[in-house]
Amino acid sequence: MITLDVRLYATLRKYHPDSGEPIPVQMEDGSTLGDLFNALKIPRGEIKAVFVNGRSAEDDHLLSDGDRIGIFPPIGGG
Amino acid sequence: MSRFLRVNMTDLTTRFEDVPEKYQHLGGRGLTSAITCAEVPPTCHPLGPNNKVTFAAGIVSGTAAPTAGRLSVGGKSPLTETIKEANAGGVAATKLARLGIKAIIVEGQPEEKGKFWVLKVDRNGAQLQQASDEWLGKGLYQTYPLLFSEFGKRAGIIGIGVAGEKLMANAGVCVNDPENRPARYAGRGGLGAVMGSKRLKALILDDEGGSAVPIANKEVFDAGRKKVADALREHDITKPGGTLNTYGTSALINVINEAGALPTHNFRDGRFSGADRISGETLRETIQKRGGVGLSGHRCSPGCIIECSNVYPNADGTELVSVQEYESVWSLGANCGIDDLDVIGELIHLCNDYGLDTIEAGVTIGVAMDAGLASFGDGQRAIELMHEIGRGTPLGHVLGNGAAVTAKVFGVVRCPVVKGQGMPAYEPRAIKGIGVTYATSTMGADHTAGYTIAPEILGVSGKVDQFIVEKADMARSWQHTTAFLDSTGHCLFIAFAIQDIASGFEGMVEECNGVLGTNWTVDDVGRIGGEIMAMEREFNEGAGFTRAHDRVPEFMTYEKLPPHEVVFDVSDEELDRVHST
Repeated sequence: MITLDVRLYATLRKYHPDSGEPIPVQMEDGSTLGDLFNALKIPRGEIKAVFVNGRSAEDDHLLSDGDRIGIFPPIGGG
Repeated sequence: MSRFLRVNMTDLTTRFEDVPEKYQHLGGRGLTSAITCAEVPPTCHPLGPNNKVTFAAGIVSGTAAPTAGRLSVGGKSPLTETIKEANAGGVAATKLARLGIKAIIVEGQPEEKGKFWVLKVDRNGAQLQQASDEWLGKGLYQTYPLLFSEFGKRAGIIGIGVAGEKLMANAGVCVNDPENRPARYAGRGGLGAVMGSKRLKALILDDEGGSAVPIANKEVFDAGRKKVADALREHDITKPGGTLNTYGTSALINVINEAGALPTHNFRDGRFSGADRISGETLRETIQKRGGVGLSGHRCSPGCIIECSNVYPNADGTELVSVQEYESVWSLGANCGIDDLDVIGELIHLCNDYGLDTIEAGVTIGVAMDAGLASFGDGQRAIELMHEIGRGTPLGHVLGNGAAVTAKVFGVVRCPVVKGQGMPAYEPRAIKGIGVTYATSTMGADHTAGYTIAPEILGVSGKVDQFIVEKADMARSWQHTTAFLDSTGHCLFIAFAIQDIASGFEGMVEECNGVLGTNWTVDDVGRIGGEIMAMEREFNEGAGFTRAHDRVPEFMTYEKLPPHEVVFDVSDEELDRVHST
C-alpha cells in the first residue's frame, strides 16, 4: 500500500468532507492518477489540472508513497 | 465623430481636435502607445514637461460589447523609463467613449508649484479648474466622496492619491468602480506620478446627455458581440457561476502554490505554508460566513458579464476593502509571509487610499523585509511602512519609488524586477514562459503582457510543460495577441474563453470591424499586435534600452528556488529570439 497526500481545490472540495485540509489516501501499489480519481469518485470531466509533487501529470502517471497531489477544476485569474 | 481632447498644463488650455487618419483604427493601448511614440521624446524625463500622459477607451468600449470597460493610460514610465500602458476597469472608459472622446492627451507642466488642477469634461466641453485644498494631501477614501459632492455621483473620476501628488514612481491612476469606490487602478508603472508632475489631480467625466458610440456596421458588430458573450457564458472559467465569478482571481493562489511557483518571502521560495489561508476558497468562505456587505461576483465595470471582483467584509460585516484579488493578495500576502486576509485587506485598502499599485507595493515591502526593515510575516510593521509612504517621510519616499529603488538604497541583491518594475505573482524559475514574457515585454516585468500561465499551468489554449525552456515563440505570440486585446477595451480575462473557443475569438475581431468598418480577420490580430509592440520597442530603443535589459535579475540564474530547486535557465539567445523575427 502507498499513502498519498491529496489536496482538492475549489469546486472539487464538494467530493470530500472537510477537504480544506490535506487528505491522506491509501492506494494499492502500482496505482495511477486515474485510479485515484476513481477512488475519490470525482467525475473526470470536472478535473482540469493535476500536480504531483508540483509537476503537471497525466492520468497514467504512476503514484509513489508520499506523493503530494493537487487536483483542480478549470481555474483562471491574473 | 470621435475627437481628441488635448490639455495643455503649461498655459492651462484645452482644445478638441479631429482624430488624424492614422489613428482612426486604433484604441486603448494601441492608441496611447502610438501617441506616446509620436509625441514624446524617448529620452525625456518622465516627470518633466516633455512627457505626456494619454487616456484612451478601447475600440469597443462604451458599446454593448460584453466585458469591455477597460481604460488605457499611457506615457513614459517613471518606474521603468520605458513606454508604458496600464489599464483599469471602473466606469471611466465607458463615459469617455460616450462623450465621443477617443483620447485625452495631457501635456506640458505649470510653472507655478504647489497648485493642482482638475479637468472637468462633459458634453459641453472641457475646462480646467484649480483643485480645492480639501481634495489634496489626504486619502482617496476621503477625497473621492468630496469630488462626488462637488461634481455629482454620476461622474467618472480618474485621479491620483498622495503618492501621485508626491511624484512617487509607484503612483497608480485610480478609477472609481460602479459604486464609486476609489478601487480600480491602472496601477503599474507610476503613471500617477506623471499626472502629479503635471499637477493634474483628477479628470472628471460626466457623460450625461452623451451619445451612443457610432458603429459602422451594426450587423457585423452584433454578430461579433454575441459570439464573444456566448463564449464567455460557455467557458468554465468565465461563465456565470464559473471559477472566476465564484472565487475571484485568488483561485490561483492554490494552483500556483501547488506548482511550486508562488513567490514567497521576497522570491526565496516557491511555496507558502499559509497559502490556503489566503486562497480564493478561504476568501469566499470568509465572505459567506461574515455576511454583511461581503460580496463575491462583484462587477468592476459596466457591462461585464464575468464579474470576478469582490467586496471583503470585516468580522462585523462592514466593508474592509474591494477588492481582494490574486496579485494583491499574493504581493502583500505570500510575498511578505503574511497569511491573514484581514491584514492583507488593510494593506490593499492603504494602497487604494494612498494611490499605489498593489503589486509594486507588495514587492517593495518584500524587499524591505529582506533588508531587515521588518520581519517576514509581520503585518503590523508592513502597515506602518505603508503609512510611511502616505506621510511622505524620507523612508516613505524610498518605498514609494518601488522595489528597485528600495533594493538599491538598502543593498538588497535579491531584487525581483525587470526594467525596474516588480515581478508579479509567478516565479520565472519554476514557470519559464512567464519569465520570458517578464524579460522581453515592452513594459518591464508584467504578467498581463503575455500570459503564458494559461497553457503552462492552467491548461487553457493548449498545454505546455512549465519547465521547458524553449518559450520564445509562445511568449511572442501571447504578447502580440495581448497587444491587440488591450486595444479593444476588453478585459484581458476574455482570453480564457476566446483562446479556447474559436468563435469567440472571431467575435472579438468582428466587434472591432463592426465599430470601425474594417475588414480584419483573425489572422490580422497577431500582425496588428506585433505592429504595436514593434512601435513600443522602438520607443524603448530610443530611450536607451538594449537586449541586455531583456533579462531576469541575475540572482535567479544562480539561486535555486525550492521546492523544485531550479534556477532560471532560459538562454540569452532564446530570450533574444522573441524580438528577432
